[in-house]
Amino acid sequence: MNPTSPRGGGPCGRAVNAALGAAGLAAFLALGEAVPRLGLVEERFFPPTSRIARALVDEFADRAFWTDLGDTLTGWALGLAIAVGAGIVAGVVVSVVPYLREATASTIEFLRPIPSVALIPLAVLLYGTELRSVLLLVVYASFWQVLVQVMYGVRDVDPVAEETARSYGLGTWARIRHVLWPTALPYVMTGVRLAAAVALILTVTAELVIGAPGLGARIAVAQTSQAVPELYALIVVTGLLGLLINVGARSVERYALAWHQSVRGEVTV
Amino acid sequence: MHASLVVSGLRKVYEGSGRRVEAVRDLTFTVDAGELVCLVGPSGCGKTTLLKCMAGLLAPTSGEVLLGGRRVSGPPPGMAFVFQEYGRSLFPWMRVGENVELPLRQKKLGRARRGELVADALESVGLADAAGAYPWQLSGGMQQRVAIARALAYEPEVLLMDEPFAAVDAQTRADLEDLVRRLWRERGITVLFVTHDIDEAVYLGERVLVLSASPTVVQEQLKVDLPAERDQLHTRVSPRFAELRTRVYEQIQAAKRGEPAVEDVPPPR
Repeated sequence: MNPTSPRGGGPCGRAVNAALGAAGLAAFLALGEAVPRLGLVEERFFPPTSRIARALVDEFADRAFWTDLGDTLTGWALGLAIAVGAGIVAGVVVSVVPYLREATASTIEFLRPIPSVALIPLAVLLYGTELRSVLLLVVYASFWQVLVQVMYGVRDVDPVAEETARSYGLGTWARIRHVLWPTALPYVMTGVRLAAAVALILTVTAELVIGAPGLGARIAVAQTSQAVPELYALIVVTGLLGLLINVGARSVERYALAWHQSVRGEVTV
Repeated sequence: MHASLVVSGLRKVYEGSGRRVEAVRDLTFTVDAGELVCLVGPSGCGKTTLLKCMAGLLAPTSGEVLLGGRRVSGPPPGMAFVFQEYGRSLFPWMRVGENVELPLRQKKLGRARRGELVADALESVGLADAAGAYPWQLSGGMQQRVAIARALAYEPEVLLMDEPFAAVDAQTRADLEDLVRRLWRERGITVLFVTHDIDEAVYLGERVLVLSASPTVVQEQLKVDLPAERDQLHTRVSPRFAELRTRVYEQIQAAKRGEPAVEDVPPPR
């Protein structure tokens, strides 16, 4: 019963990495300040960092901004939840039912590469600028990410583990729950992480193009009213959202997969 | 808790992609209730196929397996299987205690009874304080002990072991052999132990079954008339042990050459 040792450098190496990361970010922000100030690009299209930061603070003070942010997060979370739920159920069913994977493979390969944005006209026709429009696009794009990962995961079930479960009388449902699901979980987590990123992209795209309320629509308004610093501030917000989503997904992954090789690292026996 | 195991006329032919492989031709033998029988044979002789047919994991092409008089058509409730690949047979996402408990949950035993059985089984294999560890935190020998504890907690009438110690080091192996002897004597379980190691078969068994090369039949049955009290130091150097292992060795060599049983050495039967 030896404890696991964390992978990577010690606390010292981590501190150095954090310092380097902070320095890199500071340099990038300074460059963003200097380039327009030196007149290398037109300030009208590329405001300096400080001006964007001020616009960001103004946005934070605006209640309408928070409403829009809430709308975007609602579309993202609902769409992602539906896609993950449907992707997991469909992935398990397709893999468990005999011959179903072979029968559906070609259809899936055809539907999966269709860019979700190609469905925008359809979404508008069906639901106008409602939330459902956004959901249609988000779910379509994220569903495949989850489905494909679940199908990979199910294929990874160890025959010895499966036979062990059968020899101890575990029925189909118990084997799905105790063998198939834990085996597929690392893949599911990857699928969810990918889907979360894609869902954000599609939420903002849908709002931007269709005009459904949210950060995307707010960006469109900033563009038409020539509010360039605000435009940049909103782009920064979407970037921060993406970052938070990724960090969140990774910590959920680490927690749920503490037992898995990729998380537990090398074991010293 | 006593049941005999009868294999009669067992035949298994694998068919697939235009090839027919007759793994087991015609096997008939009996393991009496409470007996410990070792099965040896040249490699690739269908030992694993035989065991899987006996465990109800594979359907035989013809012939049948009877456990306590009842025909085996799926994994029977009174039988536990210990696999060679302990690392893959234990579930890494469950702690040791949960691994041992899972089959009991399928048996619908009450929580208190499950707790008793798990504690007792882990105690029996000398891992009373490892219940909270994950299998991958344990050494190979300890992992195989956990797999044995899982089988014991299941309270089987018959225990099938498929080369369980082939992947552990020599010293651990000796300890585990003594463990199996002790558990068999304490609990009176019928044990069928498959191995490719002749010394192990003679040391452990009350009887040794020698299988022929594929397509497999029983080449020879040999009663091991060593005292019931065996220990690694003295039993293995006794003249009778040497005679028996020589006898088994000759039989296996004959089996490899495809000859009938060697008759020259008088075996006390």
